[in-house]
Amino acid sequence: MHDILETVEAWKRDGRRVALATVVEVEHSAPRDPGSVMAVSDAGAVAGSVSGGCVEGAVYQEAQDVLASGRARLVTYGISDEQAIEHGLTCGGTIHVFVERLDW
Amino acid sequence: MIFDRLSEALRNDRPVALATRLDGGASGAKLLVESRGAYGDLGSAGLTAAVESEARAMLDLGETAVRTFGLDGEPIGVEARVFVQSFAPKPNMYVFGAIDFSRAMARVAKYMNYRVTIVDARPVFATAARFPDADEVVVAWPDEFLAAAPVDSRTAIVVLTHDLKFDVPLLQTALRTDAGYIGAMGSRNTHAERVEGLRAAGVTDEELARIHAPIGLDIGARTPEETALAIAAEIVAVRAGRSGGRLRDGSNPIHPSRRATIR
Repeated sequence: MHDILETVEAWKRDGRRVALATVVEVEHSAPRDPGSVMAVSDAGAVAGSVSGGCVEGAVYQEAQDVLASGRARLVTYGISDEQAIEHGLTCGGTIHVFVERLDW
Repeated sequence: MIFDRLSEALRNDRPVALATRLDGGASGAKLLVESRGAYGDLGSAGLTAAVESEARAMLDLGETAVRTFGLDGEPIGVEARVFVQSFAPKPNMYVFGAIDFSRAMARVAKYMNYRVTIVDARPVFATAARFPDADEVVVAWPDEFLAAAPVDSRTAIVVLTHDLKFDVPLLQTALRTDAGYIGAMGSRNTHAERVEGLRAAGVTDEELARIHAPIGLDIGARTPEETALAIAAEIVAVRAGRSGGRLRDGSNPIHPSRRATIR
């Protein structure tokens, strides 16, 4: 959160809407720890990350959907999940990411 | 707003925990927990109170994880899953000796998110201008400073003075703390003399084993910058309980494996 704080505050000051995607749990071996955050603005800008780059594209899409719908969701990426075929973690772990609108 | 409160606490390096409800109708509900007071609502008074107390305990340990409760906060329930993220204040690194190696050490430590204090008894050398990356530069006798400084298991004590008259009392003081890392610079000869001095002062073999000296991983570091990297890498390895060799020479998992509570 520290690493994206300034960027997110600047977006808010500019009146942008912001979605936050936070790693809430990892299983087996995963590149980033719980608490890692990626922020996405409604202008399409990105700050931070949730993995080593493997699933950021998919998370970006989820974040855009959440910005539009306003409905938070919990998304799983990893080898034991069907999404893995499309967006698997190359390291073989599983991560659970909570995606929400920053309206709090 | 909770985000503004969180942001303010983080900026001022105050301990704070943020709890987020992950599912149900109140999905996304927040509770911000500080040392004094909590802000927000997780959907029921019982759940909010239960998470506040759990989050406070987790914050003390610097723990970040998902916890499950009943809808009214029952500890054995599983209906409400809550992600609690602890934001502990930065750990301290105390660097003793106001030399070029300390300047590089402060820079790397800052990058590693430490709060860095440089300590030296000589006012001419211990100046803020010489250590732009240090959070604080203190003119004091090293052992007297450390005896009064806050130290916990996340603290790194980096002794770069390599001068027996400072090092022996300083390391004795360091060994009385529960610092997670104690390292001392100096050649093998310097360290052998230091060990002799410490033994004479009554330090046991078990205590001596806590001192990482000569300091740093064996990467052939020459410059202050390279040496700072070798020390920082050793601090990470000690915390993780790893030896610090090459990954390609091993076969163990690179990241520690964890169990799941979600699904």
